[in-house]
Amino acid sequence: MTLQELHPGESGTIVGFEPSAISDRLMEMGMLPGAEVQVVRLAPLGDPMDLKVRGYHLSIRKAEAAQIRISKCEA
Amino acid sequence: MATPGSIRIALVGNPNVGKTTLFNRLTGLHQRVANFPGVTVEQKVGVLAGSPNVKVIDLPGTYSLTPRSSDERIAHEVLVGRRGDAPDLVICVVDAGNLERNMFVVSQVIDLGLPVIVALNMVDAAQENGLAVDAAVLEKELQVPVVPVIASEGEGIDALKQQIHHPPKPAERYRWTLMDAVDAKIPELSKQLEDEDPEIQPQHTRMEVLRALAEDEALNTWRSLAPGFVRRIEELRGEFSERGIAWKHAEVSGRYAWLGPIANVAVRRVSEPATLTDRIDAVLTHRILGPLFFLFILVAIFQAVFSWATPAMDLIEMGIAALADGVRMIIPPGWWTDLLADGVITGVGNIVIFFPQILLLFFFLGLMEDTGYMARTSFIMDRIMRRVGLSGGSVLPLLSSYACAIPGIMAARTLDSERDRLITIMVAPLMSCSARLPVYTLFIAAFIPAGTLLGVFGYQGLVMFSMYMMGTVMAFVAAAILKRLVFKGSQSYFVMELPPYRRPRLRQIFWRMIQRSKVFAVRAGKIILACSIVLWFLASFPDVDTETQTTPIETEAEAQRTAQYAVAQALIPETDVSTLMDSTASSDSILVQAQSIIRQAERDYAAAMDRADIVRQSAQIQGSAVGYLGRILEPVMQPLGFDWKISAGLVSAFAAREVIISTLGIIYSVGDAEEGVALRDAIKADRYPDGRPVFTPLVAVSLLVFFVFALQCMSTLAIARRETNSWRWPIVMWLYMTGLAYLASLFVYQGGRLMGLS
Repeated sequence: MTLQELHPGESGTIVGFEPSAISDRLMEMGMLPGAEVQVVRLAPLGDPMDLKVRGYHLSIRKAEAAQIRISKCEA
Repeated sequence: MATPGSIRIALVGNPNVGKTTLFNRLTGLHQRVANFPGVTVEQKVGVLAGSPNVKVIDLPGTYSLTPRSSDERIAHEVLVGRRGDAPDLVICVVDAGNLERNMFVVSQVIDLGLPVIVALNMVDAAQENGLAVDAAVLEKELQVPVVPVIASEGEGIDALKQQIHHPPKPAERYRWTLMDAVDAKIPELSKQLEDEDPEIQPQHTRMEVLRALAEDEALNTWRSLAPGFVRRIEELRGEFSERGIAWKHAEVSGRYAWLGPIANVAVRRVSEPATLTDRIDAVLTHRILGPLFFLFILVAIFQAVFSWATPAMDLIEMGIAALADGVRMIIPPGWWTDLLADGVITGVGNIVIFFPQILLLFFFLGLMEDTGYMARTSFIMDRIMRRVGLSGGSVLPLLSSYACAIPGIMAARTLDSERDRLITIMVAPLMSCSARLPVYTLFIAAFIPAGTLLGVFGYQGLVMFSMYMMGTVMAFVAAAILKRLVFKGSQSYFVMELPPYRRPRLRQIFWRMIQRSKVFAVRAGKIILACSIVLWFLASFPDVDTETQTTPIETEAEAQRTAQYAVAQALIPETDVSTLMDSTASSDSILVQAQSIIRQAERDYAAAMDRADIVRQSAQIQGSAVGYLGRILEPVMQPLGFDWKISAGLVSAFAAREVIISTLGIIYSVGDAEEGVALRDAIKADRYPDGRPVFTPLVAVSLLVFFVFALQCMSTLAIARRETNSWRWPIVMWLYMTGLAYLASLFVYQGGRLMGLS
């Protein structure tokens, strides 16, 4: 599944990236395969997402999250 | 260019880690905004307080040294020595509360082979969040000095300065492990690159190879210089992909694999994490409350900017008028005095007057940034902004543009996506800036009735509001069109850190406000000054010989005075009336009467002479190049309802919008002192030869609409040229905005006439 499919409050571990213009940037910011990501909330209009990764909050669009493959962590 | 014995220190770090606060702490007031050598992009340079031979450079915040946004490109180029010499020492500022990600760029700087000191900032905030960072452990692991600081409180600054005076040797490079399969190919690729580009600095070869392997953009820069190298990389990528090797993030993974464990041993969790930020975000980014709060903040800011700035603006206006008068009194009359008083002082004054508004707006924007709320506005707005081809990151540049498009366009630098940045730059000048305000004010006061709609909203206020709305809405429309036509298919993205909320630090906000305003003053000031001088010449030449001609007013005044003197003389045949002016009050009632007649005669005469002067000025501008241009333009502008005088005003407003007011003031022969009200009355009273009024409410609205859309600002064009590095965008910008202004005014005026309005 992809990061986009997670609901607020759910977490997943990054498995891989579809190549995109910002995958490099996201990786530099710590969104690497193996890192755990939690979806904290969605913006008022449902997009972008507020993520928690490596202890900080990062906001990315759903379209970008759709490029990130994850395995969902069971709560 | 570096003086012997002097050293240069660069400050590097992620955005929002207090880098600029630290810079201010280190340099005190000894700093200035300068240009990078070779290109005109600002850098902040200061001198280390107490050490005049130590220069400190504040580089833009960056998550990585891989140049993507233009800010990162600058940081990268400075550090590798492509803009002057490479710095002698780098201070990496890291956020103690977010160590792992912050160390990423530190590891890149270490690999450049530069001496590094880590300033471990915001240890207090980390503590509040339940995290304790062991600087000694970090120092041991990274093998560079680590100094804990709280830049906002000034703590640890002395220790950091001590460390600066005893700079470390460069630490060992490339201590992280690259995956074997990729690592095995590096020597071969390095050799190939060095063979093809003998000028490459050997200590940067490895970095360039890794970058070219990971990123197409970096690879493309070698295509002409090192074609063999590029071919080899492309082959290898294919080979790696077949073998299932993740070449794309080989470097990044390697670095994090090194840094993750370091963060694990250096950071201890001492208490539960604070939840304040989460609780605030639950409200401020709430589905309904969030947007409402944002709207409330916007309205409050605008209200404050407009009402609080007014008294200061009035004072400045008086000051400038006094200064111009003072110059006239001190320096003997001549064309250079006119140039100084009317061209230079008034011209620069036209921009100084907006300072109160600009300072206030920057203050509020700084407040939003410092508390962390600005990132949330981007988060809330991104969905809407994206639809029109902008991004959440465009919110700050566009809000700044309400003060002035110059800082707005410069703020677009932080946008990663080139498309988002260009579109933001292209539409920023449509936001109504403070220079349009005096024009709006004049014409609204003159032609919009003072009544209220439904007893609540004043008509004048509504029209003013709709001017701002019109510009803003059109900015979105223009962005949407640019996105579909010009930037079709190019990428847009949004990656934004949402920093923890924190208490605003007024000192910090104040500092940033001053710095931004300074950039604005210097940038815009220079151009306005140059344009004011050019404009003054255009309005003063060809010199209409008005001095030697006697105007009817003067002839009439002369006759009036003579007649009055004769009346007085008749009262007292035995005394010479010309001596009466100077004589003291007399008890003789007839003498007093004669005296008062003569005094009145002199007063009338002086007033008439002043009027004659203004008429001369008016004749001058009619005969000048500006007047000539106005008449040439008149046929083109007539469909919008503008006569030659308004056209001449528009010509003069090309340099800066607000200039139209002083130009109209001169054309309508209204003295400076009485400008406000008198100009309003004069334009209302003006008639065409056939008796139709020149200015009707419809013409006024047409002119207002023209000002909303037209790009009448040299400074904006110059800054757009600089930020986009070509004349193409500023030219497109000017053409589309002027075209838009013309069509919109045409639509308003002709449409209004069809509807029977006047």
